Amino acid sequence: MTRRIVIDPVTRIEGHAKITIHFDDDGRLADARFHVTEFRGFEKFCEGRPFWEMPGITARVCGICPVSHLMASAKAGDEILAVEIPPSADKLRRLMNLAQIVQSHALSFFHMSAPDLLLGFDADPATRNLFGLVAAEPDLARRGIRLRQFGQEIIEHLGGKKIHPDWAVPGGVGKPLTPESRAAIAAKVDEAKTTAIIALERFKPLLDVYADERDNFGDFPSLFLGLVGPDGAWENYGGKLRFVDHDGTIVADQIPASEYRDHIAEVVQPDSYLKSPYYRPRGPVDGVYRVGPLARLNVCSHFGVPLADRELAEYRDRGGRTPSSSFWYHYARLIEILAGVEMIERLLDDPDLLDHHPRSHAQVNRLEGVGVSEAPRGTLFHHYRVDRDGILQNVNLIIATGQNNLAMNRTMLQIARRWIPDFRPVPEGVLNRLEAGIRSFDPCLSCSTHAVGTMPLIVQLVASDGTTLSEVRRD
Amino acid sequence: MDRLRLATVWLGGCSGCHMSFLDLDEYLITLAEVADIVYCPIIDAKEYPRDVDVALVEGAVANEENREMLLRVRERTKFLIAFGDCAGAGNVTAMRNPLGDPESVLARSYVDTAEPPSSPPVAAGIVPILLPRVLPIHRVVNVDLFLQGCPPSAPRIRNVLEQIVAGRRPPFDDMVVRFG
Repeated sequence: MTRRIVIDPVTRIEGHAKITIHFDDDGRLADARFHVTEFRGFEKFCEGRPFWEMPGITARVCGICPVSHLMASAKAGDEILAVEIPPSADKLRRLMNLAQIVQSHALSFFHMSAPDLLLGFDADPATRNLFGLVAAEPDLARRGIRLRQFGQEIIEHLGGKKIHPDWAVPGGVGKPLTPESRAAIAAKVDEAKTTAIIALERFKPLLDVYADERDNFGDFPSLFLGLVGPDGAWENYGGKLRFVDHDGTIVADQIPASEYRDHIAEVVQPDSYLKSPYYRPRGPVDGVYRVGPLARLNVCSHFGVPLADRELAEYRDRGGRTPSSSFWYHYARLIEILAGVEMIERLLDDPDLLDHHPRSHAQVNRLEGVGVSEAPRGTLFHHYRVDRDGILQNVNLIIATGQNNLAMNRTMLQIARRWIPDFRPVPEGVLNRLEAGIRSFDPCLSCSTHAVGTMPLIVQLVASDGTTLSEVRRD
Repeated sequence: MDRLRLATVWLGGCSGCHMSFLDLDEYLITLAEVADIVYCPIIDAKEYPRDVDVALVEGAVANEENREMLLRVRERTKFLIAFGDCAGAGNVTAMRNPLGDPESVLARSYVDTAEPPSSPPVAAGIVPILLPRVLPIHRVVNVDLFLQGCPPSAPRIRNVLEQIVAGRRPPFDDMVVRFG
């Protein structure tokens, strides 16, 4: 008789999901699957609305990464206006996007994953959470809360709200930074930097403490995708797309966002509302790629800020040029926090941030625009088609988390193989390891299942023995 | 006085209200001194417990699982707060309603864009079925307080929690009734 174990709901992640572990007639592990259980069909109701509304609307797609949608949407809008935005707008958007990365990464590490990493995967589930961390490590927990607050306050200074600001617009941003806000942010930079360094030093020994988890939390070769600058430097807002292979070989480089469809295609899973993008030239099996902190560090050459570059060198000493285990997402995320704080500090000295003309004005000059940005959890695409009046005819979003879907499923199977090779009662801590495997990717599911577009598709019907029964394609 | 048993729940929404809850920042530590957070997406409780004093419910009712969860929450909770504009009014989550039944929305994703057409995901007991219309939570259960906002800001959440901790019912004023 076939049996299955269901983890419902997956906790300490953003959004609604389940994990199932399947066993065959003899009780041996057959498969482990990650299921996203929500669907909202967002893009369809945007059709017929003016593209000017999209930054404000799409910010509300997601409560964790509203700023990422704001950026990708405003950039798609810039393309439709066919204008160059003022240098001040570019820098102000960068400032907000860096703040977004810092706050979201702090949330992922301190609020979501530190309970596993610092209290233990097998710790009592009743206290294996932020409040348990507050009790066990009050200073560190408070620092983590304040680090997230640092990022959220920058967003509020710029956009007037911590969550769902509608500040970036096609052509630029609504208003510049004030001198008072700049001073308030600057006063908190040192504490944020210190917290990032403390967290990094706490994490590094865990690579050995949790060697088993390190080697089984999604450790496999894959491609990696992220934005890089013209010189290969780490990017989050500008730059172009780069794919690298598992050994760091550059597979495709300096690809403009508008050409994303030549490189990315998508497959539908019958048991999840989340679709699965893959690297088109290699197909859905060999074309698995990862996005997010691990991928961004693997595709870039350097950060260009001193403390983070020193950490990146140590990271590569420890893990090689392109670490392949998803456990390393945590490490990469902490280095990105440090880099983000350093970049914020450097940006604050720029007088352009106070410039009173941070917006270019124009009407519709192109009927299509693609905007891309790095959300905390990976590369985010907004693709709009409009008519002459700027009314949306078609909307397509490719969300960061979806692009990790194939890798997350592979991670589930690897963890299950290590800890649950056959059907038996398992301790809670084992099931928590499956969830922790998902947490390392820091998925954002309310975002990911909004995507309803005209992506190229391959739909496969696969039998229980893995053979493909039928396949339909739309290129 | 017994410690307050506080829960937070998310249904169909964007998690922005929960992020605003986390924007309570260091007040979260103060809150944990007087209340037990017995169910919340950031803690590892898999079952909604009994005898909950106060629940903040984010999101609208979009699928069968949301509906079942909400009924359970109501049954086991003394004071239920509609937390944010999706819970209180449907908001963005309900914007699919004018498009008709969910089949048309699903079709866009899994049928129209596939050649030849495929079908939406189906996995009994795993992938929940969408309701014909997205509903604000007061269309399904009785609500004791509406805390509006998209999301309600952290100071407004704190205002409500502080009054509840002090044993008072939050007044019906512009600290709770403010949309957007």
